[in-house]
Amino acid sequence: MTTTNRRGRNPSLDLVAGNGLIDRRALLGKGIAVAGAVGAAGAVTGAAAEPLKDERWSLEFGSIMPSVQTASKYEKNVARTLSNPQGEFRNSHARTPHHLLSGTVTPNGLHFSINHCGVPDIDPAQHKLVIHGMVRRPLEFTLESLSRYPLVTRMAFVECAGNSAPMFSKEPLQVTAQAIHGLVSNAEWSGVKLSTLLDEAGIDSQAKWLVAEGADAQFLDRSIPVKKAYDDALVAIYQNGERLMPGNGYPMRLLVPGYQGNMNVKFLRRIKAIDQPAYTYFETKNYSQILPGGKTWRFHFLMEVKSFITHPSFGHTLKEPGYYTISGVAYSGTGRIAKVMVSADGGKSWGEAALQEPVLDKAFTRFQMPWRWDGQPAVLQSRAWDEGGNVQPLRAEFVAARGETKQPLASPLLFPNQHYNSITSWGIDSKGEIKHVYA
Amino acid sequence: MSMRKPLFAVAAVTVLAFSGAVALAQSPGVQSPNLGKPLSEADVKAWDISVLPDGTNLPAGSGTSAQGAKIYAEKCVACHAEGGKGGGAPGAGPLVGGAPLTNGIETAKTIANYYAYATTVFDYIRRAMPYNAPRSLSDNEVYALTAYILALNKLIGENDVIDAKTLPQVKMPNRDNFILPYPDRI
Repeated sequence: MTTTNRRGRNPSLDLVAGNGLIDRRALLGKGIAVAGAVGAAGAVTGAAAEPLKDERWSLEFGSIMPSVQTASKYEKNVARTLSNPQGEFRNSHARTPHHLLSGTVTPNGLHFSINHCGVPDIDPAQHKLVIHGMVRRPLEFTLESLSRYPLVTRMAFVECAGNSAPMFSKEPLQVTAQAIHGLVSNAEWSGVKLSTLLDEAGIDSQAKWLVAEGADAQFLDRSIPVKKAYDDALVAIYQNGERLMPGNGYPMRLLVPGYQGNMNVKFLRRIKAIDQPAYTYFETKNYSQILPGGKTWRFHFLMEVKSFITHPSFGHTLKEPGYYTISGVAYSGTGRIAKVMVSADGGKSWGEAALQEPVLDKAFTRFQMPWRWDGQPAVLQSRAWDEGGNVQPLRAEFVAARGETKQPLASPLLFPNQHYNSITSWGIDSKGEIKHVYA
Repeated sequence: MSMRKPLFAVAAVTVLAFSGAVALAQSPGVQSPNLGKPLSEADVKAWDISVLPDGTNLPAGSGTSAQGAKIYAEKCVACHAEGGKGGGAPGAGPLVGGAPLTNGIETAKTIANYYAYATTVFDYIRRAMPYNAPRSLSDNEVYALTAYILALNKLIGENDVIDAKTLPQVKMPNRDNFILPYPDRI
């Protein structure tokens, strides 16, 4: 990165890396317009343009406003993809369409959801949360009583430990960012500090673990370190300002920011303070990893620093050479994002992306990078650093440490392993078609 | 009026702080809402199905593999197939066998090749199975099914009785193979 004052220079020369990446400071000033004009777009052709006219919708009284509004009928393709649409007796996943969204907030209807035995139909008036075990006095809470507490409101991503699992495949699967990375979402959560409730129950200083249990038909449970409970855990009761979505834990869920999605126990009904982890089914099996060579990890918890480009990405087409804004999300379970670097030449050279403020702890940060595509093949990548100095590993580094499948994965719905956080590469050919590639 | 109320509040908090009966939040002078309804551990007993690897909170009762085989044939075989081979229903993985974990990072995790503690088998059957009727099995039935599955995997003998005392003693092959990537987070 250079500190030269480029004011007054032709921004088309403000290239910071190969294949047309432009200095991110172009996003702050007049640079975009000039850089954009370098491409073929926007030229006055003189060909007969369609005459401007008033459209039908401007000439008639509009429709009745609904009490709860939903997206425009023209946006029907902006939807979650379902792994179990018929409700078979198995788990179900609904993935967030990142390639069709922007900003940092995942709308509630599009927040990812995984349920291992369907979505329970919980009457909030009957639901109870019990805190017991190694406490001085066991307590029972209701949604009504928790709603009277002071609430902490914060942004937080929630990510399934199996998110991005298709990238363990030996060969890149030709699927969207939704199919690869759709099991992470970001929302504003409001809830009661778990530490407040544990203090009120008088937790024993010998209690090092909590087992948190949901009210679904598996009583899904996970062991959570007490340390995390006193760090930043919440019993969340609002999601983006409204009550939790049924698939996201209505009426209350545990929020352990930056930790495996499965630990953010939904439909929370019981927290037991204990002196040892419970080795529940999910921490024993699904959310524990096999390493190359056969050793196994347990209690991994942390969702490590990651980023991926959402625009442009698989499923989009670049219609003509010229100016584009590369955009994506970055996040880390360790803390704030410090830096995102973007490459347009498959990692040969990198330029620093602009981060959209505010950059928040354990939450999505949107990054943008101005780019002028010259119509030649390009490979787009992003790589994130967090404030703890952790960096998203390059694919070769990641595969060396964590391995890949022996055969190409048969379906993006499979989970050959968990905790993939290496970089994603989108290969663009001279026609503007985008493929998922490894680079 | 507005001057007197805060003084009263501070006085009330001071009294509570010294009573010892009411827990207070960390910040001095601020009373925690304390809106939880006190319960006794006896009140919670019906909900407390958490079983720990050392056997803590395992219920009374027992079962054998032979007893489990009968229950399995009635309530489990439709999804998990004959002999626990799996594949009877989507998502019902095998309950027996398992390749060595050195076979690759995508090796299917099974009870025999992966689970660290046999208590997890009991706990998961009791809380989640059968899928279409969770919590419908008696504790004796859960012990018997656990014995059946452990015996299928040759982790116990055919005639071993599984109960609160014997279950935590079952030695699981992969127990000592785990490492902690982030020990300081525990």
